[in-house]
Amino acid sequence: MAILLSIWFVSSYVLGIFLVEPLNGAQLGGFPLGFWFAHQGSIYVFIVLILVYAATMDRLDRRYGVD
Amino acid sequence: MNVQAWTYLIVTATFALYIGIAWWSRVRTTSGFYVAGRGVPAVANGMATGADWMSAASFISMAGLISFMGYTGTIYLMGWTGGYVLLALLLAPYLRKYGKFTTSEFVGDRYYSDAARLVAAACTIFVSFTYIAGQMRGVGVVFSRFLEVEVHWGVIIGVVIVFFYAVLGGMRGITYTQVAQYCVLIVAFLIPAAAISWKITGNPIPQLGFGGTVQEGQQAGVFLLEALDALHRELRLPEYTAAFVPGKKSMIDVTAIALALMVGTAGLPHVLVRFYTVRSARAARWSALWALVFIGLLYTTAPAVAAFARVNLISTLHNTSYSEVPEWFKSWETTGLISFDDQDGDGVIDMSDGANELTVDQDIMVLANPEIAELPAWVVALVAAGGLAAALSTAAGLLLVIASAISHDIGKSILWKDMSSRRELLLARVTASVAVVVAAYFGISPPGFVAQVVAFAFGLAASSFFPVLVLGIFTRTTTKEGAIAGMSSGILFTGAYIVYFRLIRPEATAEDWLFGISPEGIGAVGMLINFALALIVSRFTKPPPDEVQQLVSEIRLPRERAAES
Repeated sequence: MAILLSIWFVSSYVLGIFLVEPLNGAQLGGFPLGFWFAHQGSIYVFIVLILVYAATMDRLDRRYGVD
Repeated sequence: MNVQAWTYLIVTATFALYIGIAWWSRVRTTSGFYVAGRGVPAVANGMATGADWMSAASFISMAGLISFMGYTGTIYLMGWTGGYVLLALLLAPYLRKYGKFTTSEFVGDRYYSDAARLVAAACTIFVSFTYIAGQMRGVGVVFSRFLEVEVHWGVIIGVVIVFFYAVLGGMRGITYTQVAQYCVLIVAFLIPAAAISWKITGNPIPQLGFGGTVQEGQQAGVFLLEALDALHRELRLPEYTAAFVPGKKSMIDVTAIALALMVGTAGLPHVLVRFYTVRSARAARWSALWALVFIGLLYTTAPAVAAFARVNLISTLHNTSYSEVPEWFKSWETTGLISFDDQDGDGVIDMSDGANELTVDQDIMVLANPEIAELPAWVVALVAAGGLAAALSTAAGLLLVIASAISHDIGKSILWKDMSSRRELLLARVTASVAVVVAAYFGISPPGFVAQVVAFAFGLAASSFFPVLVLGIFTRTTTKEGAIAGMSSGILFTGAYIVYFRLIRPEATAEDWLFGISPEGIGAVGMLINFALALIVSRFTKPPPDEVQQLVSEIRLPRERAAES
């Protein structure tokens, strides 16, 4: 979970806010990269994070016979 | 058929649908009223959470706000989605595992104190009323524009509808109407977005068109965002994609606001309670995923709509003679959402910085989008129905938590412990009815505009609930004194800061703010104060009783065992 929360922090705050100016020097298709993270990328990352978490917890639940 | 006839038809049809669902799912038990009998499937709960969560502000105002803010609009995009990660990882499954009906109930039991329960219930009521005022206002605005009735009549019609299905159907009625409302609002948002994306960039998927190239006009072949930056330079405005330049918010302010909104999302009582309606902790995790998927659909489309609308607005209106403005300009001018003040008397609209003659309300970007993109009348009507669905679904969810806080947390758990379920259900319905009337009053004479009012509700939720819930789940030793001190100081600090800078000194600038953090972001500081005080006070007070510590360990299973092995 600590790993997932670190990814959450990096994708939103580090890439989308703290490093937005240097990242905007690079392009992703028609997007400046930092701007893309702030307006699109972070949301996709959030969805993947919850997916990974829910799947991992399902595995744990099964292993310990809960639910 | 004209726009108004279509609007009446579609709005009436959707209202009939909501009432039909409410009748079909009406409830007779307290468990049905508070948590829909805990039988809601994860996907349906995800949709309901999406509608519950996406308010009039998300639907009507957000794309417009982003359109004016450019990069800085990320505070809403990240802020209003990132919280779901916290919710799914830190709160929802644990609160569901604990069970019961409300979040205040968890706080009351975990902190073995009716005082903590009361503070939590009071915070719930306060946050929810702040939030609901914005929803009722949104209903009024949609009615006044599309159906040409006065704002206050619009509010009253909205209230009657919500009253019917929230009071009759309780959580079960609300859940299934929210599922329907999600479908209405997402279709209403995506159709105009796809159409406008296709028109400007030749790609019907807004998320891709956003990064595509402009199809027509002088800027043909240029990337949309580059064209937009160029238009902004021409108007002497900061570039659309630029961050932290003069005229935009500073890095610390953006960080604080995004954090306050994220943490606020995770602490909003009406969102938390949605996770009580599913069958298990496992279902709570999956429904958090579904919720974010459904929300993400709108939230990744909105910034694209914002950019398209901005390009459209500047290229159709800047340097255009007032006598040649398009039809939609005239029709929206009568609502006061857009106005032209010909300062230099040349009859030509100038939008450049310093000489701006055009005043545009952010709500217009979504509401007028279909007209600007020249879509058929029924699409315009659909947007009206979508805006109403967004506002009504959120309002209903909020009313329910207000009613539960009063009838269950304060009534049943504190004042009248031996109240029968029948009486409690009656009390819940009566309080919901009273709350709806109060909300209507706030909607008719609201404090500030929709999105801002809602943004403050987050600060208040962030600074009150989130810390005590996280500490309640992840530490065994946080005491009741710590929790009460944390919650009340967090919300008082945040509330006082907002009141001071919004009402007493609204003219204050960034230099006057604490660390340069605006009132919208101050909830992040309130949250830190709450955490700090709760931990410090807990060290110096008597540790919680054994059964409470036992309870905390149990909620966290099977994680505990996994960590030990």
